[in-house]
Amino acid sequence: MDSIGQLALDSLWPLLRGALIGTIPLTLLSFTLGMVLALIIALMRMSSNAVLSGIARAFISAVRGTPLLVQLFVIFYGLPSLGATIDPWPSAIIAFSINVAGYAAEIIRAAILSVPRGQWEAGYTIGMSHTRTLFRLILPQALRVATPPLSNTFISLVKDTSLASLILVTEMFRKAQEIAASTLQFMVLYMEAAVIYWVICLLLSMYQNRLEGRLEKYVAH
Amino acid sequence: MSPTSPLLFVENIHKSFGANEVLRGISFSVGSGEVVALIGPSGSGKTTALRCLNGLERPDQGTVGFTGGPEVTFGTKTTAKQATVLRQRSAMVFQGHHLFPHLTVLQNITIGPLEVQQRPKDEVINEAQALLNRVGLAEKANEYPSSLSGGQQQRVGIVRALMLKPDLLLFDEPTSALDPELVGEVLRVIKELAAEGWSMVLVTHELAFARDVADRVVFMDQGVVVEEGPAAQVLTEPRQERTRNFIQRLLNPF
Repeated sequence: MDSIGQLALDSLWPLLRGALIGTIPLTLLSFTLGMVLALIIALMRMSSNAVLSGIARAFISAVRGTPLLVQLFVIFYGLPSLGATIDPWPSAIIAFSINVAGYAAEIIRAAILSVPRGQWEAGYTIGMSHTRTLFRLILPQALRVATPPLSNTFISLVKDTSLASLILVTEMFRKAQEIAASTLQFMVLYMEAAVIYWVICLLLSMYQNRLEGRLEKYVAH
Repeated sequence: MSPTSPLLFVENIHKSFGANEVLRGISFSVGSGEVVALIGPSGSGKTTALRCLNGLERPDQGTVGFTGGPEVTFGTKTTAKQATVLRQRSAMVFQGHHLFPHLTVLQNITIGPLEVQQRPKDEVINEAQALLNRVGLAEKANEYPSSLSGGQQQRVGIVRALMLKPDLLLFDEPTSALDPELVGEVLRVIKELAAEGWSMVLVTHELAFARDVADRVVFMDQGVVVEEGPAAQVLTEPRQERTRNFIQRLLNPF
């Protein structure tokens, strides 16, 4: 038992390091890029232009209708056969960003639609353009509505980054696999990784609650 | 510009929503410094007519114009953007106030002058504080709208419109969404503005108030102007049967 405790202790830093240099930056980068893409897709989806809206619908449908693991494999293992070889890290970021965008686009769209029409009109009547009204008045209010579902997307992404281990990205779970393979202590390492994911997600949930409290004033009554 | 030319003229505007023709050729005008009350039963088209003045609705045909410009003659090809020029001269106060919930009172009333009109910050803030003071809300400048009462919110809504320095104020049933005990404080502010010489178009159900502040009353029903004239005449001695019936119904609802 002692040696197991010692192993858990010894592997703690390598796993945390995997989180710090792998899981966390992978999550942050993919989420940021994904949100930008999601906003573009959401606006396209709401556009009166049938082509833009059609492209957005197809994108959302494809992303939500296929497994994330398949998306990762298509980009990393599939694209090289078309002559496009992308390194593990960029492959992972592309796949996760697209995946986040597919889900977040619908969240953002619904949040924008939930802002009362009168807010748009009030923006217009003080002389604002459609675009300025959107960014200055509507999106800040939509953000409040979108915070709980987007937090869920974010927390899912933290855990989904473990899939990047399958395309050779060195993140926390891959570290756990490596140590487990060399020590044959699979239970210890995988449970340890699970606990670290859990703690990260707990911290994020706590932050989510605080954020929602802070954004409370952003809602039209 | 002759002294008799009106500030605002509305000529023969038509507006349909699908098969429903809401406005069937509305014409009226507002003189400089004049207060015009638009009254009529629900569904008469009065709110739609008011919204056309601010480009929030686009008439299918007809003209809305200000002496000295802008003037928009609407047709099927008129875009939303073309209608926005009307907002250079008029500002709107909504029934539901539509204050921006994520901005403080001060930000709500200065965002237009600062970010759209790009006027100097010191000047705008001073004006904003003076106007808030006038409507009795000076101490609320840094509060968020959700912490104000309905009457206070609507007074901020009025200040937001005033801050744009429009030539014409448009009020869309400004007290209809308020609790009865809060109506007075809002009507008082509107009455003061009328006394100061602001030009306004007021859609209202408050007939006593209309008689008190309006110079002229336009009675609409089923998308047409049925009768218009001096407030006292239209409201106390209406010439048209439909006007008489409407006023009777409002005075004796039971």
